Amino acid sequence: MSNPTPLLPTPVIELLDVALVGELTVIDESGRPVTYPLIPLSDGNVIYLTSSVLFSRKLRHIKANPKVCLSLTDPVAIPVEPFHRATIQGDARVVEEDVHEGWERLLPMWGAKEPAIDFFLKKRFGIPLFFERSVIEITPHRVLWWEDGRASEPARVYELAGVS
Amino acid sequence: MAKLEVADAISRAQSYPHGVLAYVGADGYPVNIAVEFSASPSAAVVDIGALDPELRPGDGQEVELTFSHIRPQPGVGYDERRYVNLWGPAVLDGTGLRVAVRRASGWDEADTPFFEYAERGVPAGRDYLDELGARPRLSRLWTVFLATRLPFLTATLIPVGLGGVVAARDNAFHTLWFVLALVAAVAVHLGLNMANDIFDDANGADAANVTPTPFSGGSRVLQYGLVTRRAMVSGCVALYALSVGLGLFLAAERGWGLLGIGAVGLVLSLAYSAPPLRLVHRGLGEPVTALGFGPVMAVGTYFACTGRWSWQPVLASLPVALLIALVLYVNQVPDRVGDGAAGKRTLIVRFSPAQVQAGYAVTVAAAYVCIVAEVVAGVTPVWTLLALVTLPLAWRVRNGLRANYGDPYALMPTMQSNILLHLLTGLLLVIGYVIAVVS
Repeated sequence: MSNPTPLLPTPVIELLDVALVGELTVIDESGRPVTYPLIPLSDGNVIYLTSSVLFSRKLRHIKANPKVCLSLTDPVAIPVEPFHRATIQGDARVVEEDVHEGWERLLPMWGAKEPAIDFFLKKRFGIPLFFERSVIEITPHRVLWWEDGRASEPARVYELAGVS
Repeated sequence: MAKLEVADAISRAQSYPHGVLAYVGADGYPVNIAVEFSASPSAAVVDIGALDPELRPGDGQEVELTFSHIRPQPGVGYDERRYVNLWGPAVLDGTGLRVAVRRASGWDEADTPFFEYAERGVPAGRDYLDELGARPRLSRLWTVFLATRLPFLTATLIPVGLGGVVAARDNAFHTLWFVLALVAAVAVHLGLNMANDIFDDANGADAANVTPTPFSGGSRVLQYGLVTRRAMVSGCVALYALSVGLGLFLAAERGWGLLGIGAVGLVLSLAYSAPPLRLVHRGLGEPVTALGFGPVMAVGTYFACTGRWSWQPVLASLPVALLIALVLYVNQVPDRVGDGAAGKRTLIVRFSPAQVQAGYAVTVAAAYVCIVAEVVAGVTPVWTLLALVTLPLAWRVRNGLRANYGDPYALMPTMQSNILLHLLTGLLLVIGYVIAVVS
């Protein structure tokens, strides 16, 4: 999934590469925001998240309204120096043609952040539904970036009009 | 995420170093940004510090605040997962804003362990898969392994082995009849395991259990949709048919007395969980298990080998009968809430924790007293005293049961040790007989 000319800004890719948690905000059926902490993965163009069918509410929300936002805010979960913060808005798509194995294409990226997942996958017979998973693909169109991590200050804004 | 009381949720939020403010922007996209905050649980408000004016929600707009924490574990991933979500209208206040919290939810794995959290999502997950027209899958081998609960076969191997060595001590061991008796016993045991799952699914006991472990809570193949009820019933009937067929053949070849033992075993295995008797619902699961996986199997095997009755296999199997009853007894501890909710009033449901622990200590002590007394009485070979080396393991189980009674996941090593206690004690009894036969 490597891309020689990634469209996301380099500092944001650096955050995504190491972030153990990002906050995904989706919009529920009442039009209200709902936020879920998830492991963000990225190839520099698209952001990938996976969700077990056990926790499928967010998937229903995204299917009903694909507008989403992902923030990278936690200095403990994102070990970069100096620390930055970013918020990425975009359109999400739920990919679930094969919930049994389709998400496994993301395993190399996931395993790099959470090596224990390989161990748990070998024990999938113990929690089989946890490993029936949908992939959330976010195509970003706008990035807010705070170089010093202080979101009270004006953000640098990247409009990613080139992303299709 | 589960609903939380607002004041409790705000109190929890106070322990986080920062929050994430989310709202829906004018363009219809959500916006979420890190914020500094201070909170008042008693007033049910959270005050947000200065914000870039370009990123403030509208006055009175519904917003969400999220507080999330993990602890990175290099080389593994992370632990200490917890988060809190708060919702309410935002009131702009100078350069910041105040959120009047009306609704809250969250999850803390210290309160609800991940496996329980995941188990609580099973009904929603099944619904979602149904909508996709998908089914969870495992390999055929794993599915059979789970559906039959194959590892629990040690409960059968030990009494059948004892029946065989007691026959050998009487110079009457016969390999073919022993193997056929073993296969019949294995079939009825696996059929019983499947029947138990079918009935616990029907009466809701397994569905009500949100803290299953590898040793308790059933195989879950029906709850997870890995096997259809129809396939489960078919497998169960096939296994019982195999055991009945072998039983009839053995009875015809070795003596019709065997038919009586087989009938007792069959009735006990079905009456264990099937209506109308449902003996396990009446607190009789342990004596039924002791009888079925003790004297019935040992005597049946002995009879298949020798073609005659004897009290020897009954006496030889008494210690393992008590220990296998204790395997069921301890494995029902994590199930007690779900069992109670489904009207399955096992001994564990009926007893207080102190009574359960005392019951374990008395019964395990009785098993060892039995081993010694039978040697002293000259009933069993002196070499069976080898089984006493497992006493420290019994002590460990007794202590583990006391220490982890209320935590299903922390109790898992104790359940494992208890199963090992039955297996090792039984194996050493068998070895004691073998030494007596060959020496």
